[in-house]
Amino acid sequence: MADREERRFAEVSRESVKLMAESAGVELGDDVAALLAEDVCYRLREATQSSSQFMRHAKRRKLTVEDFNRALRWSKVEAVCGYGAQDALPFCPAKEGELFFIEDRDINLVELALATNIPKGCAETMVRVNVSYLDGKGNLEPQGTVPTAVQSLSEDLLKYYQQITRAILGEDPHLMKVALLDLQSNSKIAALLPYFVYVISGVKSVSHDLEQLNRLLHMVKSLVQNPYLYLGSYVRSLVSSVMYCILEPLAASINPLNDHWTLRDYAALLLSHIFWTHGDLVSGLYHQILLSLQKVLSDPVRPLCSHYGAVVGLHALGWKAVERVLFPHLPAYWANLQAVLDDYSVSNAQVKADGHKVYGAILVAVERLLKMKALSLSQPAEGGSGGQPGSAVGGRVSSPGLSPPPEPLSEAALGIASHLQAGGAGCPWEEWTPVPLPAMYCELYSFFGDSLAVRFSTGPGFGSYPPCAPSQLADTRKEPCGPASNPDTARKMPQLTANLNISPRQDGSPRTDPPPPSLAATGPGRSLARSSSSSSSSVQRSRSSSSRPGQRSTGPSRDVFPKARFTSPQAGLPVFTFLIGGRQMGRRCQGRRPFQTAFAPTPPISSVPPRAYAHKLPVIGRVGKPVRRWACSHYSLHLPL
Amino acid sequence: MAAVQGGPVDAVEEKDIKTEPSNDGCGSNSTNDGRAASASPGSGAPAAGAKPAAAAPEDQQTLLAVLQFLKKNKLTESVDILRREAGLPEDSLDLKGADSSAAGSGGAAGGAAAGGAVAGGDLGAADASSLLSRVTASSSAVVQAPTKAAGEDQPDVNVVLSAYSQQGDPKLYPVYYNGLKRFIESVLDCHRAELSQVFYPLFVHMYLELVYNNYESEAKAFFEKFRGDQECYYEDDLRILSSLSKREHMRGNETLLDFRTSKFVLRISRDSYQLLKRHLQERQNNQIWNIIQEHLYIDIFDGMPRSKSQIDAMSGSLAGEAKREANKAKVYYGLLKEPEIELPLDDEDEEAENEEGKPKKKKPKKDSVGSKSKKQDPNAPQQTRIPLPELKDSDKLDKIMYMKEATKRIRLGPENLPSICFYSFLNAYQGLTAVDFTDDSSLIAGGFADSTVRVWSVTPKKLRKVKSAADLNLIDKESDDVLERIMDEKTASELKILYGHSGPVYGISFSPDRNYLLSSSEDGTVRLWSLQTFTCLVGYKGHNYPVWDTHFSPHGYYFVSGGHDRVARLWATDHYQPLRIFSGHLADVTCTRFHPNSNYVATGSSDRTIRLWDVLNGSCVRIFTGHKGPIHALAFSPNGKFLASGATDSRVLLWDIGHGLMIGELKGHTDSIYSLRFSRDGEILASGSMDNTVRLWNATKAFDDLETDDFTAATGHVHLQDNSQELLLGTYMSKSTPVINLHFTRRNLLLAAGSYNP
Repeated sequence: MADREERRFAEVSRESVKLMAESAGVELGDDVAALLAEDVCYRLREATQSSSQFMRHAKRRKLTVEDFNRALRWSKVEAVCGYGAQDALPFCPAKEGELFFIEDRDINLVELALATNIPKGCAETMVRVNVSYLDGKGNLEPQGTVPTAVQSLSEDLLKYYQQITRAILGEDPHLMKVALLDLQSNSKIAALLPYFVYVISGVKSVSHDLEQLNRLLHMVKSLVQNPYLYLGSYVRSLVSSVMYCILEPLAASINPLNDHWTLRDYAALLLSHIFWTHGDLVSGLYHQILLSLQKVLSDPVRPLCSHYGAVVGLHALGWKAVERVLFPHLPAYWANLQAVLDDYSVSNAQVKADGHKVYGAILVAVERLLKMKALSLSQPAEGGSGGQPGSAVGGRVSSPGLSPPPEPLSEAALGIASHLQAGGAGCPWEEWTPVPLPAMYCELYSFFGDSLAVRFSTGPGFGSYPPCAPSQLADTRKEPCGPASNPDTARKMPQLTANLNISPRQDGSPRTDPPPPSLAATGPGRSLARSSSSSSSSVQRSRSSSSRPGQRSTGPSRDVFPKARFTSPQAGLPVFTFLIGGRQMGRRCQGRRPFQTAFAPTPPISSVPPRAYAHKLPVIGRVGKPVRRWACSHYSLHLPL
Repeated sequence: MAAVQGGPVDAVEEKDIKTEPSNDGCGSNSTNDGRAASASPGSGAPAAGAKPAAAAPEDQQTLLAVLQFLKKNKLTESVDILRREAGLPEDSLDLKGADSSAAGSGGAAGGAAAGGAVAGGDLGAADASSLLSRVTASSSAVVQAPTKAAGEDQPDVNVVLSAYSQQGDPKLYPVYYNGLKRFIESVLDCHRAELSQVFYPLFVHMYLELVYNNYESEAKAFFEKFRGDQECYYEDDLRILSSLSKREHMRGNETLLDFRTSKFVLRISRDSYQLLKRHLQERQNNQIWNIIQEHLYIDIFDGMPRSKSQIDAMSGSLAGEAKREANKAKVYYGLLKEPEIELPLDDEDEEAENEEGKPKKKKPKKDSVGSKSKKQDPNAPQQTRIPLPELKDSDKLDKIMYMKEATKRIRLGPENLPSICFYSFLNAYQGLTAVDFTDDSSLIAGGFADSTVRVWSVTPKKLRKVKSAADLNLIDKESDDVLERIMDEKTASELKILYGHSGPVYGISFSPDRNYLLSSSEDGTVRLWSLQTFTCLVGYKGHNYPVWDTHFSPHGYYFVSGGHDRVARLWATDHYQPLRIFSGHLADVTCTRFHPNSNYVATGSSDRTIRLWDVLNGSCVRIFTGHKGPIHALAFSPNGKFLASGATDSRVLLWDIGHGLMIGELKGHTDSIYSLRFSRDGEILASGSMDNTVRLWNATKAFDDLETDDFTAATGHVHLQDNSQELLLGTYMSKSTPVINLHFTRRNLLLAAGSYNP
């Protein structure tokens, strides 16, 4: 019945009363002390109850010392002085005995009175109005601007701020380095964070100056890596600045001599870094980023450099992001890219070069996607804990290297995956269903043809490669024109050309029209191709999915790729290859032209191929060293397979 | 009439009920151990004895009967004591007691002893001996154990004694309580809910009697045993109760004083009441019966017993429900007729002209506001029922402005919700305790815990003081813009701070004409500030305790204040003493509000009731019970018919003033509600809470549903449907900012205010 805990309030023990009496020089008998203790308890409770009234009327939730004192005063009891401070009172045990006391330091009144540094930050009370809900429409999120208490910066901070910004944005590279280093390790700059964030948001005003953009991005990195800073909601602002650098058609990119590609790559890396280290600060950030990348990618009006940014951004966010956003968009996007790459007119040269960059970026992204997907498939099969170490590794990403360390990057993909699952509710990708790996491979293969396979090195010989093969392959990627890669490419070449030779008639003469008209012109053919392709792909998908379970259960993921390659040729080879051919031709044959011309045995310049390929590679290589290092890491992970 | 209570009880009991429990004579003479012990259980006892005296021969008779009984049991010492106390002559006993003519000096203090003896009687013959032995065992009196069984007593003595049996062994309290509990649990469902109401007051009174008579451990045990049975909404009171275990503590405790001095009101159907009565009489359970008689007021009605939810809706206040009579008085809730002010009709093209002073083309106003006020509302009070100040020219101008704004008012509804503007008080480290807006939303004032009142202008127009007297002499008083010239441009600022209080400012209210500001503070004063000079004009003293709230009459001149002293006071600005004192609340008056027609004042209290007071005669015309926590927000609907109240129980309750009934319950908030406001047309009710949200409720629907329902006004039983979710139109969050004030502008834009507390 009433077996609940009997009394929930504090009691003053008889011993306490006796002790207090002793300290006042009075000896108390036990019974007196007991009576007194009880009375004290009651009085305390009474005072507390009436003090709560003052709290309620002050519209507060927290009972203050002041409330209590008011209650005491109104019940004609002397108020308790000396406890009005905001700081918590340290409650210390005495060394001997079970005695506790509140530390009570002496205050030098003279010093206090003559103190000249009156604390700042006590800004004027003011009223600010904001329209919170227009016409009663509003969401359930807390609204309104964050009214940061208006702080006045101390002199020192202000000076620091000026010095730092001047150094970072100034001419002296050495000074900049020092400034960035300090920004990265200074523990006292929390108050300046909003200011720095504001400076960084200035990226929009210096979009013509790559150098400045670069410096600002470095500033972002330093802030992000500063372990003493709590970025809080400023993460959003930083991310949007970085996204600006990734996605916007910067004024600097008008001039082809400007290497804005590097900037985008760097910004993409930065984005991924911010996301993995601080993504938890803002809920839904991942989806927001993905959404905006997707938007750019699906917007044909955007310049290619924006698309490039979107692709490298997705790539940097991990293979899951690529799988979710880039892969489903690829068919649609491919057509546009194709049209660009198709165009041989002189006026289009620049655009075409850009197109190649995008092509390369996509290639790199999807390759990693395939690799990681294979890996992730194998991971759970071999050990359920596969995700755990990954997230753990992702968690400790804080090493202050200049570029995000490769390890976490590859691992964080798994981290993201878990993040996605956790926060998946309500996201626009709910209906998204993962495409089985073989189907994905087939589809991607249909776009990239053997260039995918080559670079991916999933050739028949894959299984027979010695354990060192991965590193060798990595070398292949790094130095594709090197001797190691040559036999590979050479071996693939015939296939490639053969494929191309099957259906050259479809693409006819190279189109000079700008992309949209060309789309229109190839309308019927394209639609046909598309329908067939879609049907084929669906057929393929269903087939592969139906055929998969048994295989998957029997074999580890090592034979995922071989399967993909073998099943399709075996089971659906005639149809499939034909369709692929058709699709290839319809969609990307023109895109492949450069390769073709480069690699075809007939052309007179036989020595060109490597060079042409090399010419192509910078696009891929552009993704920078980290990419290669990630690749390495994949391989190292892949080794046990 | 409803005081059927006690009706069937005979005259003797009637008299006993009228005890004055604060009389603690019994405790004071506890030097005599034997008597003290026997007298102890029950505060009613001494009173019973104290009262009888002169008129009651029965009492005398009883006394004699007791003496006889004692003597029979050879309790000679007790006999002596009793006789001495009662002042009875030695021989009176020899008269064999039955002699009614022995009416004599009547024992003034003898009740104590009588009570002790009575202890044995109430059990009836059967177990009297065992009980008595227990009583004597607990006392150190030199009394021999009764040698004879009670059965040998004369029957008449027993009857008399049982009639007196208020006192019982404290150890039996749990038994009594349990017995009643078992009985109530066994009755039919329809009666159980009603009878269960008895538990709480009984529990409290039993506990208090135990404490009062120094049965500390028994009291504790009793409390622990049965507190779990009490309704959760009494939790706050129970907490106070639980901290009290000493008689000395009772003296200073207001909550308990309330309990002892006021009767706990219960509404019970006649059937249930009869059931209870029969049970108690059958079991001779006079202990409980007496408490019921003494401390409870049972408001009996005819008809179906109420359901549990019906009861729960209305209970929860400190002193039970309101008596039905309390809400029977006629309330003139209608609006006063608007003064005839001529309003230029097509203000579009005549805007400029109007500014100059509404020239030629004038027509009687014809808009919605005007047409309503054309004919006298039958429910409205007489125009002159309360003398109201004459309208000044400036007031008329303001009325015109108001009407013009009203024509541009947005019609709100479920599909058309208001926009909300939030006024955040930043850097209010000192603690924002109250906020008010002027009716035209041009000024906002905040009361702070640091005793200051700050007034901001929220329009571009800055706040200026009037020039000093010397400077005023210099200006040309005949000039057209004299009103402009008297203002000191040098003092123009967005903010003015008013210093004067010496404690947190808990209440704040602008006068309707924007010339004055009222503030009430912990220092016990209400201050009137001039918004022309920004100085304090008057300090109204009277409350002597913290003044929690104050509110200006919508017609100006009058204002009301309420505070810790449990009364609300009506003041006029030009009187330094209150015109009326509204007394009746059993705890602090926490919020006050004027009815739109200025004839009534509503007050909310921490006794969890709302009272409506007639300004004319100061009487209480409505008592609304149903809240389970102190009330902190009140709002009258613009048409004056309804009242909304918000409390710390996070609920808003709606009341029909005319019928005196609860008509709605709005649940949704998760913390104390500190502000309520109806939209200008009364369609939307906005509530602001400590939970950092503003919620909008469909007031039209809440009130319309009711009108279609033929509610049982006669019985006063409410059937509340739980439709909060349907009525809730929106929830709007602020950024860590408790909403402590809400205001609809004249065009129905909702303004909210609070201080940002990161």
